[in-house]
Parts: sequence; C-alpha cells; structure tokens
Amino acid sequence: MDEIRLTIQHNVGLHARPAALLVKAAKQFQSDITIAHGDRTANAKSILQVLGLGVNRGAQIVIRAEGSDSGAALSSLRELVESNFGGVE
Amino acid sequence: MKTLHGIAASRGIAIGPVFQFHRVELNVERQTVTEPAAEWARFRAALKEASAQLEGIYQKAKAESGGDQAAIFEAHLMMLDDPELLDGVQRAIEQNSINAEAALNEVAGSFAASLESLDDEYLRARAADVRDVSARVLRILLGVAESPTEGLVEPSIIVATDLTPSDTVLLDKKYVLGFCTAQGGATSHSAILARGLGLPAVVGAGSEVAALPDDTVAVLDGTCGDVLIQPDRKTRARYAERQSLAATLLAEARSKAHEPAVTQDGQRVEVVANIGNVAGAQAALAEGAEGVGLLRTEFLYLERSNLPDEEEQYAAYQAIASAFGKLPVVLRTLDVGGDKELPYLNYGTAPEANPFLGMRAIRLCLAHSDLFKPQIRAALRAGVGTNLKMMFPMVATVSEVRAARAVVEECCAELKTEGASFAPDIEIGIMVEIPSAAVMADQLAKEVDFFSIGTNDLSQYTMAADRTNAQIAPLASGFQPAVLRLIQRVIEAAHYEGKWVGLCGELAGEPLAIPILLGLGLDEFSMNPPAIPIAKQIIRSVRLDAAQDAARTALQCESDGEIQRMVRERFPAACIG
Repeated sequence: MDEIRLTIQHNVGLHARPAALLVKAAKQFQSDITIAHGDRTANAKSILQVLGLGVNRGAQIVIRAEGSDSGAALSSLRELVESNFGGVE
Repeated sequence: MKTLHGIAASRGIAIGPVFQFHRVELNVERQTVTEPAAEWARFRAALKEASAQLEGIYQKAKAESGGDQAAIFEAHLMMLDDPELLDGVQRAIEQNSINAEAALNEVAGSFAASLESLDDEYLRARAADVRDVSARVLRILLGVAESPTEGLVEPSIIVATDLTPSDTVLLDKKYVLGFCTAQGGATSHSAILARGLGLPAVVGAGSEVAALPDDTVAVLDGTCGDVLIQPDRKTRARYAERQSLAATLLAEARSKAHEPAVTQDGQRVEVVANIGNVAGAQAALAEGAEGVGLLRTEFLYLERSNLPDEEEQYAAYQAIASAFGKLPVVLRTLDVGGDKELPYLNYGTAPEANPFLGMRAIRLCLAHSDLFKPQIRAALRAGVGTNLKMMFPMVATVSEVRAARAVVEECCAELKTEGASFAPDIEIGIMVEIPSAAVMADQLAKEVDFFSIGTNDLSQYTMAADRTNAQIAPLASGFQPAVLRLIQRVIEAAHYEGKWVGLCGELAGEPLAIPILLGLGLDEFSMNPPAIPIAKQIIRSVRLDAAQDAARTALQCESDGEIQRMVRERFPAACIG
C-alpha cells in the first residue's frame, strides 16, 4: 500500500469546496483510497466521512491508496492538495 | 404591538403578513421486509428520483442566486451518491431485513449526529444538509408531497423554526418579502441565502415567532434584527418611509458610484478600497474606489513554500499601483504572525503562548531584514510613476517607526548606489491599531506622513475581547465609546501636525459609523469594494456640522447601543436597508 503525508493549507481546511474537490478527484480512480487524520480514517470517496474528519487548516493528513492505479491516484491527490485546491475559495 | 429581537442576518426591511412555513413531518416506522433485494431496488429508484429533483433545484439556484447557493445543492448531490451512506443503507436492508425508510433514517441520522458532535460551526451546519438530503429521499419513499408552501399566494414574511437550503429555493420568490426564523445564527443557511437573494432576514428570533398565526402583520427589520408584531399605523408608516428611503438611496448610490463623496455643505472626503491582490484592484475601480487605503501584501507570501523575491513583489505592486494611475495606493508591509503563519519562515522561534500579542507584523519584520528589505525595496521601486504610499502595521512605539524608517533609508541608499530607479519621497505612514499608538498619537504624528486607523484590532485590543468569539463579539465593537474616544484622539493629533488620517477597519464601511467618523474629521474611508457606493451616498446625505454635533454627542455616550440609536434618529439615510 502506498501512502503520502500532506498538510492542508487551505483557509477553510478540508471542508466545503476543498473537501468536495478531493472526493471528486478520488472517485476518478479504481483504487481504495483512505484519508487518515489523527486516529480517524475516512473513505476518500465519501464526502460525509471526509467532512467528519474535521480537518482544519494546518493539519496533517495521510492518504493511502491500494489498487491498480494507486500511484496515479496519489500523485493526482498530492497535486490537488499542494496546489491548494486550485485556489478555490 | 410587540417587538421581538433576533440576529440581523440580512439587511433590509419587510412589511407584510406572516406565512408559517411548516415542513411536513415524516413518520418513519421500522418494519421487517421479506424481500430485502426488492427493498434495495425501491431505495435505488427513490435515490434516482431525488437526484433528478436536486439537479433541477441546483439549476434553479444557479440561475437565481449564483454560484455560492448552487454549491450547496452540488454538495447535496454528492451526499446522495456517497458510497459509505449507500453501503450502510444496503447493509441495513440486507442484513437486518428492514424497510428502506428505516435503514436510511438510521444511517443518515448517525452521519448527521457525528457531524453535529464536531467542534466546528461549519461542520455542524453540514449535519442539517445530511438531514435535508435524507428527508428528500424519505418523502419520495413515503409518497409525501413536498409542498409546505401551499397557501402562499401573496407576498409574505416567511416564518419557520429554521429553513433548509432546499426550503428556501422551493419558495416562489415573488411571494417572499423576507425570512424570519426562530433558530439559527448569522452564518446559517437561511441567512446566507437571504443575503444572496438581497432579501431582509432576522434569524434566531425565538420560538414565539413560530407560533404567530398566518396573516399576522409584521415588520421585519433585517438591519437591526427586530421583528415588530402587529405594528400600529404610525410605526408601520415610519418603517415604510425607511424602506422607500433605502430603495432610493440604493438606486442613487449605484448610479453615482463613480462620483466623488461630498457632504451637503461641500466637504469632500476620499472613499477608497481595501484590497488583497491584483484582481481586487479591478473590482475596486468598478465600484468607484478613489484609490486603495489598504493594500494587504500577504497574498504574495501565503500559500507557498518560499519567500517571494524582490522582483516578484515589484511586479505585483507596480501592476496594482499603475491600475490606479494617479490615485493613491497605500501598501501595508507584511502583517504575518498572530493567526497568519508562514510555515517556510524558519527563525527558530518557539511556539507562542499568545500569538496575537506576539512576534508579528512590524515586530517580525524589524527582527529579520531578509524578510523586510526586499519588500521595502520593491515598494520604493514601484513608487516610480505611481502614487504608491507605504505603511507599517502593528506599531506600538515611536522607536519602532524610527527603526522602520531607518530600514527605508538604508534601502534608498542601496538602490541609489545600484543606480536603480526608485521613489525616494514615498509617503510613509503607520497603522494605528494598538491602544499604545493611539495614546501616543501626538508623538507618532511627528514621525510619519499619515495614519491609518485599524479599528478591527484597535477595538479588540482596547476592549480585550476577541471579535471571533461570538459570546463577547459585541464588546469588541468599533462603536464602543472607548474606541471612538481613541479614534478622536488620533485624528486630532494628526491634524495638529498637518497630517491626514484614514480608517481601514470594518467601521469605515458601516453605515451608522460614517456620520460619526465624518464628524470626527476623518479624511479617508477605506472599505471592501462592495460597500463603496452606499458609503459615498451616505456621506452625500450628511451635513458636516450635524455630523460634528453627533460626534460630540457620541463621545459622551455610555454604550455602543446608545451611540447607534442616536445616529439612527439623527441620520435616517444611515439606517439604509
């Protein structure tokens, strides 16, 4: 299983638009993708679980992917987070 | 007549009959099913129907009120398609052999409950979205029609315990004068949607409103947060007058946005914008800004992994300043620290126990010339051929101003040696936002070319009250007599030295504050661009001597409320909306 560690820099944290964009991006891939924050883990394709993580600005998350396209999934999600969600409000 | 007090959630006045918005109660019974597979198929069909409904509402919201509101329904569509929600429902149906209604109710309910348990207002509000989405599917499963608006046939004030996003979109807007809810806060959906639609709203008005019979006549004052039940004829006429005055004012304000703001007796003041990036410059010009009173430079520093170099800064400042031609643009040097941290700055400092009273803004810049000098050099260069000015944030002492000016001189000397083109005579000012600076304004005025009062910080430092803490936010109001007295002192001290004073906190664009600030002699009002046309129009409606008289009275008032009441009585135009 591959994993990456990222820091959420967006003003609103992993809420609202950033959360929606991340879930949408995750759904593009076959792999099982999870996001861990503290001791909680969410299915990255579930908006309800991702919101329920309560990730605020400055928090670290660990994204794990398992499946045939896990490498592509992780690099796409990394790009999304590091571009600060393409600058959405 | 009876007056109820709630939270002013969206400006404006509505007068008319009350319409109670009753959502149909959904009774979900848990039943055992013999064919779980058929039950799951029934659920899938309901989902499909719900998704088609939401798609329609989404398109309607997008057309009516734009992106922000529509985004709510986009989020609803995502929830409807949430794999964890669907798996949960499928498991409940197949493993427990229960009906789809009960399965959905239980699974969605537990998601909502877990969001409600989080320590975050935004996420708690999302719990309402989950319940809203699940209620939509339940209505389809139960065959209950979605028509709580039956009987709404004339323009009315819509009253409800609380409104969900789909409720507010379902309403036929030609019959909606405004919204009033028993529960909810200023950031609730009803409030946000009302502001998006430009309709007045009062939220959190208490359970009494939900008990009002339909057709009770009421006045809804979304500017002050009052709901007047069965107002007498005189009161009603007074509000009707305010309503028509506001409509006139708004129309005039829009048509005269690009004209100067001159009082009735000929005093002109500058109305300028607070902006935070290059795009903001265009928005400000479109609203009629006569320059920039606060150019926040953090945009160049935040959300990246290294410091912006001098060239990058120069290009940005030059682009913004030249967009305004000869109009003034006041650049505020870097204001980080406190709540705004730059993760890539590695000065080896320990975490601060109280960052708002810590190593931030000018304090940080004076300690680190590698941070400060490239910005000063970029600003000096961008001053060539433009009307760029520079100011330092969070100044507490005279020695800080002198130290900062010494850095400017050092940069000038370097640029001169390098043969670079720069503006040696750039105007230099400070933000007055720490009470010590306000108290020492007479001495500070000798050291600078201008002051800009930052009332957001000045209020919270003076009152020792965090304005983001809802319980004590009213204490941090710029209308507090203590804050106004400091403002008066600052303006007087600057004028004594022949220097000008601007104000770039939220107070500058607050209609009720404008007459007082005018009366105190403020030279420049700097605000978010959308507030500019109205602010100019209020200034045009005021006589300077009346404003001076009101300012004198305000300084003798005991409370913020007393001051606001006094302004409302004396300056009807400032009660806009």
